[in-house]
Amino acid sequence: MNALEPHFFRHEWARLVAVLVRVFGAGNLALAEDVAQDALFRAMQVWPIEGTPESPSAWLTAVAKRRAIDELRKARTQELAAPELARMLDSEWTRAGVVEELFAPKPLRDDELRMMFWLAQPRLPEASQVALVLQLCSGFGEDEIAAAFLTTPAAIAKRLQRAKAVVTTSGAPRELADSDLGARLDVVHRALYLLFNEGYHGASEAVMRTDLCREALRLVMLLVDHPATSTPTTVALAALLHLHAARLPSRLDANGELLPLFEQRRELWDRELVARGLELLDRSSEGDDASAFHLEAAIAACHATAPSFEATPWKHIVRLYDALLVFTPTPVVALSRAIAVAQFEGPERGLEEVAALDCEELRGYVFYHAALADLSARAHETTAARAHYDRAISLARNASERTFLERRAHELEIDH
Amino acid sequence: MSEFLYLYRNGEKLSPEQMQQQMGKWMTWLKDLETKGVLKSAGQPLERSGKLVSGASRAVTDGLFAEAKDVIGGYSIVEAKDIHHAVELTAGCPIFGVGGGVEVRPIAKM
Repeated sequence: MNALEPHFFRHEWARLVAVLVRVFGAGNLALAEDVAQDALFRAMQVWPIEGTPESPSAWLTAVAKRRAIDELRKARTQELAAPELARMLDSEWTRAGVVEELFAPKPLRDDELRMMFWLAQPRLPEASQVALVLQLCSGFGEDEIAAAFLTTPAAIAKRLQRAKAVVTTSGAPRELADSDLGARLDVVHRALYLLFNEGYHGASEAVMRTDLCREALRLVMLLVDHPATSTPTTVALAALLHLHAARLPSRLDANGELLPLFEQRRELWDRELVARGLELLDRSSEGDDASAFHLEAAIAACHATAPSFEATPWKHIVRLYDALLVFTPTPVVALSRAIAVAQFEGPERGLEEVAALDCEELRGYVFYHAALADLSARAHETTAARAHYDRAISLARNASERTFLERRAHELEIDH
Repeated sequence: MSEFLYLYRNGEKLSPEQMQQQMGKWMTWLKDLETKGVLKSAGQPLERSGKLVSGASRAVTDGLFAEAKDVIGGYSIVEAKDIHHAVELTAGCPIFGVGGGVEVRPIAKM
């Protein structure tokens, strides 16, 4: 028996849906999903009995093609075919040939890419875009998306249904001109960045988190590998995601609890991902484009290449944060900068920097209080530290954040 | 030894990831039956759709989708000492993990 790649079914499902939407048209997305589902269901039934075929992907494609042709033949009206292909797909003489061509490897890769841009509909809320990408580009089921967002499958089903009503009535993936691709690239970047963040900072199970990060990496590489979308900003985003992903293995301790950066075992970092991230970062600086992703990737590179927490080039990181603030002048970025300042100028200076940032938005942000607590503790202001930990714990968004903060607060009591 | 028909009744709709996992489990389970020497035929999966013909007028209706819950998605034939043994052998069938079931029917001896 041939062993299948992990998540092979997910990726095949997404691949088939992308090309089937091309066959049936945007209005028949549900049918496209159904035909793809059917092909996998067939594989699940047949392969245990007959063994995994030599080329699993070709087998699935053949089944989906056959069913697509059946569906087109059954349809009485031309409604079942993509409007621009209806004439060709309606004729017994040309149908099979056209379908054959649509399933060829190269247009197929193009269809997968276009799917991402089709779903990055600027009118949709970002959470809906990410849910759509997870389902239709990554092949996640509703339950799995719900687990990723810590919500109920019913809520996700409703969100997807609403979002699909919007995308299916706003043109087809193929109608996106290359200029549309350019215009939507920002939205796609943002959706992939959020997808990755959901995995990196989200509260779902560790396995799910790794899956989400891996999916974001896979999809961003589709963008990098396609000439129409491989801009320096795309490459910078890919660099950033690789460098962050490299640190995933050390973020949790043996009990699955979050570890602060200075306690993480750097020998667990994935050196290959670091190398690939650095290579992409190099590539991203070809040309004049600069973006927030370039700077975030440069900061991530500083961490990923530092031999230890103490030997991190904090001064350089602060300069990068200064530049990042020009692109992203948000209190959260300023807070990260202040924390970096404290690493080489001392906790008192850090506290001054943080105090200067005081604003409504930060006061409701768990890591603002966590940072204040940490800096206060290091400045031996135990009472203040305790108060900030209490506030941070009350703001924790999930159990793993809460456990993390409680442990830090507890260490404070032991030390004093 | 007698022969028994296993009719696999589908459970809930599965995600692609679940289907991939299910497939691996089916392989293991069928292999296990084979090793025990009780698998007479692994059987064949059934098409997802069909027709139901019923009544004196032989009214023809569409069958249910093979993915729908409780619909028979396939079958196997096993050899077992008796019905209890045949039931026992279903242990480990992956279909239980996804809300489905196995109908065990003795094949009548002539």
